[in-house]
Amino acid sequence: MKKILSDFIVSENIHLNDHYILLKLTTEAPLPDMLPGQFVEVRIDDTPEVMLRRPISINFVDKANNMLWLLIHLIGKGTFHLGTLREGDKLNLLFPLGNSFSLPDSGTAPHDKPFLLVGGGAGIAPMLLLGQLLAERGYRPTFLLGARNKEDLFELEQFASYGDVCLSTEDGSLGEKGFVTQHSVLEKQTFARIYSCGPKPMMMAVARYAKSHGIECEVSLENKMACGLGACLCCVEDTKDGNQCVCKEGPVFNINQLKWQI
Amino acid sequence: MQRRSGIQHKSTEMADLSIKLGQLDMINPVMTASGTFGYGEEFADLVDLSRIGCIIVKGTTLKHREGNPYPRMAETPQGMLNAVGLQNKGVDYFIQHIYPRLKAIPAAFCVNVAGSSIDDYSLTAQMIDDLDHIPAIELNISCPNVKQGGMSFGVKPECAAEVVAAVRKVYHKTLIVKLSPNVTDIAEIARAVEAEGADAVSLINTLMGMAVDVETRRPLLSTVTGGLSGPAVKPVALRMVWQVAKAVKVPVVGIGGIMNATDAVEFMLAGASAVEIGTANFVDPSVTMKVVDGIDEYLNRHGYKSVQEIIGALEA
Repeated sequence: MKKILSDFIVSENIHLNDHYILLKLTTEAPLPDMLPGQFVEVRIDDTPEVMLRRPISINFVDKANNMLWLLIHLIGKGTFHLGTLREGDKLNLLFPLGNSFSLPDSGTAPHDKPFLLVGGGAGIAPMLLLGQLLAERGYRPTFLLGARNKEDLFELEQFASYGDVCLSTEDGSLGEKGFVTQHSVLEKQTFARIYSCGPKPMMMAVARYAKSHGIECEVSLENKMACGLGACLCCVEDTKDGNQCVCKEGPVFNINQLKWQI
Repeated sequence: MQRRSGIQHKSTEMADLSIKLGQLDMINPVMTASGTFGYGEEFADLVDLSRIGCIIVKGTTLKHREGNPYPRMAETPQGMLNAVGLQNKGVDYFIQHIYPRLKAIPAAFCVNVAGSSIDDYSLTAQMIDDLDHIPAIELNISCPNVKQGGMSFGVKPECAAEVVAAVRKVYHKTLIVKLSPNVTDIAEIARAVEAEGADAVSLINTLMGMAVDVETRRPLLSTVTGGLSGPAVKPVALRMVWQVAKAVKVPVVGIGGIMNATDAVEFMLAGASAVEIGTANFVDPSVTMKVVDGIDEYLNRHGYKSVQEIIGALEA
């Protein structure tokens, strides 16, 4: 997939709350097809302490408006700067990067066992694009989304338009109280495959569940990276095939490839 | 020199950008620093590789190396620390699997050679000597991120001399030696490797540094220390290039925090015949093109006919 370096214009910077934004970006050239799980590397300008680009997963591609959505957790100097962007500001993106969640072939009949898409915190972001593509292929996935509280769960109507939505919050303010891996849907239903993105402890718990139930499972990692192109070898994950670049061979890995103690 | 159409120049009279390092003819003085540009292929969508003076590919060792554990990178103000530890699949793999692909790319390539012993260096260099499309090697005697070898060869003049002498015996093409800044007197090391037949010296490799997460009370790198690169090191690198350029007759290649053409010209004025772009490739993967065009623009603006005129032209 050809990599592109291009300036985008901020169309909207929606402050969802004081630590999450939804950045909608447009560009002149038509956006290429992008795969679920892929990410962009955003250049942060005008902040002397931030030099490297920031990897941000692709939340959604609004093809009708040629718009790319990034759901961003404001957690450091780089992302804080993204929070200050205003409509009309320019942002330089390197994209689309990385592999993707593996999609089932289109045209096949929907499974009686649904796909389970588990997103936690900012890890819910790539699940929207993945859910949309699964829905387009005739599947009705189950989303299991978790956050600290209801203020940190977003885009729920859109998720609901592609599949069934189950929610967990640590404080019980929305959905079931607790972590996603404690949600009752995991006991009630069986799943054909699990896709997951979120904090590492959450993904490890999801991987443990998948492994113990014999379900195929893919997780999206977010190791610290520099180039995003597989050149600098900074973001490696220790896999059964040796050190692999999360930016190029990943970010999505089948849990069988990883050396996680689960 | 052949020029491509479609590039905007302010002046119709274009300067000669060509540079020679030993027997290595380059169309311009812009090279890529080892470990920051992969094998070039990773950047092919974003850069016209044929417009780069020379692509220095990832550090290659005799045997496969897994490198250091994650985390290997930490961003620091105006720079970054890395502790990759020369992860590569070894020279045999390079020759069998990567070299055939590079041969098909119309660009100039140089291999960075690293090792843990003198035999490692000379055996690896000897194998690369046989590759028609690799006209040069850069001998890495300055990697701070491997426990044995690497930098230990580059911090003492007699050790540096010994490894360069051994490689010079078996390697017949252009031999560039990459120097460590983690020394008291870099000019002394440069003179030692020049005396043993180095065709050029390149400097600086990364400066040893470290960073700490105070919340977890742990280092940010698995190896505790790593190599600092980026704009933070540029003044140190520039000073060292200036000192070495005065100390040796062979060409000097300037490396260290070059982010744009102005930075590159600074190094050339200080005595560098060419420059390597490293960390900047991570910030702007197309930066090499901008540096080439920017040097050309500078030369035209100042009425220079050749880039050679600005080498060491510092008025000090």
